[in-house]
Amino acid sequence: MDLLNAFVALANFVLIPATAYGAQLALGALGVTLIYGILRFSNFAHGDTMAFGAMVTVLFTWWFQSMGVSFGPIPTALLALPFGILGCIGLLLLTDRIVYKFYREQKAKPVILVIVSMGVMFIMNGLVRFIIGPDDQRFADGERFIVSVRRFKEMTGLDEGLAIKTTQGITVVTAVIVVAILFWFLNRTRTGKSMRAYSDNEDLALLSGINPERVVMVTWIIVGILATVAGVLYGLDKTFKPFVYFQLLLPIFASAIVGGLGNPLGAIAGGFVIAFSEVTVTYAWKKVLVYAMPEQLEPDGLVQLLSTDYKFAVSFVILLIVLLFKPTGLFKGQSV
Amino acid sequence: MSDTLRNSIYFALVALLIIGTGILQSWNSALFILNMGLVSAIMALGVNLQWGFAGLFNVGIMGFVALGGLATVLVSLPPVDGAWSAGGMRILIGLALGAMSIVSTVLIYKRMTAGRRRNIAIIAVLVIGFFAFRAVFDGGVEAVEAINPAVAGNIGGLGLPVLLAWPIGGVFAAGAAWAIGKAALGLRSDYLAIATLGIAEIVIAVMKNEDWMARGVKNVIGLPRPVPYEIDLQNSASFVEKANAYGIDPVTASTLWVKLLYAGLFAVVLLILFMMAQAALKSPWGRMMRAIRDNEVASEAMGKDVTARHLQIFILGSAICGIAGAMITTLDGQLTPTSYQPLRFTFLVWLMVIVGGSGNNLGAVLGGFVIWFFWVQVEPIGLAFLTLITSGMAEGNAFKAHLLDSAAHMRLLTMGVILLCVLRFSPRGLIPEK
Repeated sequence: MDLLNAFVALANFVLIPATAYGAQLALGALGVTLIYGILRFSNFAHGDTMAFGAMVTVLFTWWFQSMGVSFGPIPTALLALPFGILGCIGLLLLTDRIVYKFYREQKAKPVILVIVSMGVMFIMNGLVRFIIGPDDQRFADGERFIVSVRRFKEMTGLDEGLAIKTTQGITVVTAVIVVAILFWFLNRTRTGKSMRAYSDNEDLALLSGINPERVVMVTWIIVGILATVAGVLYGLDKTFKPFVYFQLLLPIFASAIVGGLGNPLGAIAGGFVIAFSEVTVTYAWKKVLVYAMPEQLEPDGLVQLLSTDYKFAVSFVILLIVLLFKPTGLFKGQSV
Repeated sequence: MSDTLRNSIYFALVALLIIGTGILQSWNSALFILNMGLVSAIMALGVNLQWGFAGLFNVGIMGFVALGGLATVLVSLPPVDGAWSAGGMRILIGLALGAMSIVSTVLIYKRMTAGRRRNIAIIAVLVIGFFAFRAVFDGGVEAVEAINPAVAGNIGGLGLPVLLAWPIGGVFAAGAAWAIGKAALGLRSDYLAIATLGIAEIVIAVMKNEDWMARGVKNVIGLPRPVPYEIDLQNSASFVEKANAYGIDPVTASTLWVKLLYAGLFAVVLLILFMMAQAALKSPWGRMMRAIRDNEVASEAMGKDVTARHLQIFILGSAICGIAGAMITTLDGQLTPTSYQPLRFTFLVWLMVIVGGSGNNLGAVLGGFVIWFFWVQVEPIGLAFLTLITSGMAEGNAFKAHLLDSAAHMRLLTMGVILLCVLRFSPRGLIPEK
C-alpha cells in the first residue's frame, strides 16, 4: 500500500485533467445559461459560436507567430484572444440583428427560436469549415509544462510523476478570472443588475424602464467573450477541430441543465459535476488501485468502468437522471 | 389557383428536375436522386408526425435512422459460424443481467418508501448489477470478436429476408424513442431536443465501438438484397435480349433496372405510410393531436393526457425514421457507422419538413424530394459558382485554391440560409397546413 503515490497518480490522471475540462465546460455552460435566462431559448449554435471565436483566435495566433511576436512561455493564443473575442462578438451581434431580433419582436415560441438557432448553427459551422477547413489545427506554443513528470519525480522522490500542462494552468486561472469578473458585473454594476432583473421578470423589468434591446446586446457581448474564451482554452488544451465543438454541445447543455438552466452559479457547478464524472468513469483505475490496495487485492484488469469512447454517454446519463428526478437542476433554475 | 393545381405543379416541377438530371447528367444519378428522395420523404413524414402534428422537437433523427440500419444487419446477415456457441449466449445473458438490474432499480424506487434504506438498496443493486453485467458480457464479447476478426468478428444476423428488417428497424427505433420520451417528455420543449441530441450521439458511439454487433468502424459490407444483382442480370440471356431490344447496353440497363426495382419497393412503402399518416391526420386522433399542439392547457382541461399522447406520437414518428434507416442501409448494401453525420441525417430532414410545410403530409413528401435534390446538386453548383468568381484570379493563387477546396462546405451554408429564409419569410412552407 502506498497512499501517497496513489494520490499523485489520481491527481495526475483524474483531478487535474477533470478540473481543466470542468473549467472549460463551465465557461461554455455559462454562455448557454445566460442566453437561456435573458433570451429564453436553448442556443444550439453555442458550440459553433465557440468554434468561430476560437477560429478567429487561431488565425490571429498564426499571424502573430509569422511576425515573430510571442508571449514568452505563455501561448501566443492569449495575445490573439482579444481579437478573437471581438470577431465573435461582431458575428453574434450581426446574427442577432439579422436573425433573432425579428422573432423577439414577434414574441415567437421558444421552440421556434431553437430551430432558428439550429439554422444559425449550420451557417456558423459552414463559415468555420469554409475559412479554416474541417481538420485539426495546431496553434499552441510556448512552454509545454508548468511541472513536468521528471521534475516532479526529482523534487519529491516518488515513483509516480505528476505533470501540469501550461494549458491546464492557464485554463483554470483564466476561468477563475473570467467568472470573477462576470459575477462582479452581474451583482455589482447597474447593467448587470438590470440583466438579472430582466431574467427574473421581464414585465416588471420593462415597467421599471430597463431597455430590453440594451440588455440583449450586453448579453450577446458577454456570451461572445465566454464562448471565445471557452473555445480557445479547449482548443489549446485538447485540439481545435470544428466538429469537436459541435459534439461539446451535449456536455455543455448537460452542465447547464444539471446546474439549473438560467442559473450562472449552477452552470459552473454543473460543468465540474459533468467533467469529474466523465473523467472518473472513463479512467482506467488500475494504476491508482495498485498503489492503494493491499497486495493480495490488487486488480488484474484495467478497472475501467466505461471505455473513453462512451464519455458522451456519461453526461447523457447524468442529464437523464436530473431530468427524471430534479428537472430544475441542482441550483434552482428556471424550468417548465 | 386551387390547392390541387398548385400541388400538382410542385410535384411536376420536382419530376422535371429529376428527369432533367437524367437527360443532362445521367439516368443513374437521376434514379439515385429519386430513390434517396423517396427515403427522405419517408423520414420527413416521420418527423412531420412529431413536429407538424404534435410540435415535438426531435434533434436525434440520426440515431433512429442508424438503429434502423443496425436492424438490417442483425436481421439479414447470415449468422457467423461458431459465434453463437463461442460467446453469443454469454452476451445475451450479460445484456439480460444489465436489463434486470435496471428493472429492479426501477421497481425498488417505486415500491420502497423514500429514505436512506431505499437509496442504499438502489446503489447496491446498480453496483452489483453493473459488475455482474461486465463480468459476463465482456467475456462473451472477447470470444465473439476473436472469431476471424479480418472478415467477421461479429455475431452476424438471423439470416432472414432483408425486407423483414424494415419493420424491425422501426421497432428498434420505437424502443429507443420510448426510453427517451419517458424521461424527457412532459418537461419543457428544449429538454426533448437536448435529450434526443444525446441519444443520437450515443447510438452512433455504440455502433462504432461494439464490434461484436455489426463490426463497428470495420463496416459490414455485402448485405443481402431484395432485388437481383447486376452481374446476374448481365449473365441472364433473356435480360440481355430485352435490353438490346430497347437499344440500351446491358450493363447500364442492369444498373438502371436494379435502381428501378428499389424505387418501386420504396414507393410502395412511402405510399402505405403516407396513406396511414393522412388517415391519422383526418381522424379524431389527429385532431386531438393538433389541439394539444395548439393549446396544451385547454386540451388537458378536456381530459386529454398530454404527456401520454406526446409519447405515443413520438414513438410512431421515430419508428418511421427507423424504417427509413433500414431502407437506406438496404439500398447501400452496407453499414458504415462513420457515414452517420448529424447534418445529413438530422438537420437535413428538419429542413425538408420546414421547407415542405410542417403539419402537411404532402408538404413533407415534397420537401423530402426538393431538399434532397438540392443537397445532391448544391456541390456541383457551388463548385461552378466558385470557379466562376475565381476565374479572374491568377492560376496558383493560394486564395483561389482555398476557395475551390472549400466548395464542399458550401452545402452547410446554403442549407442554413435556406432554413433561415423559409422560417422568416414563409414559415408555413411550400404546402401550408390546412
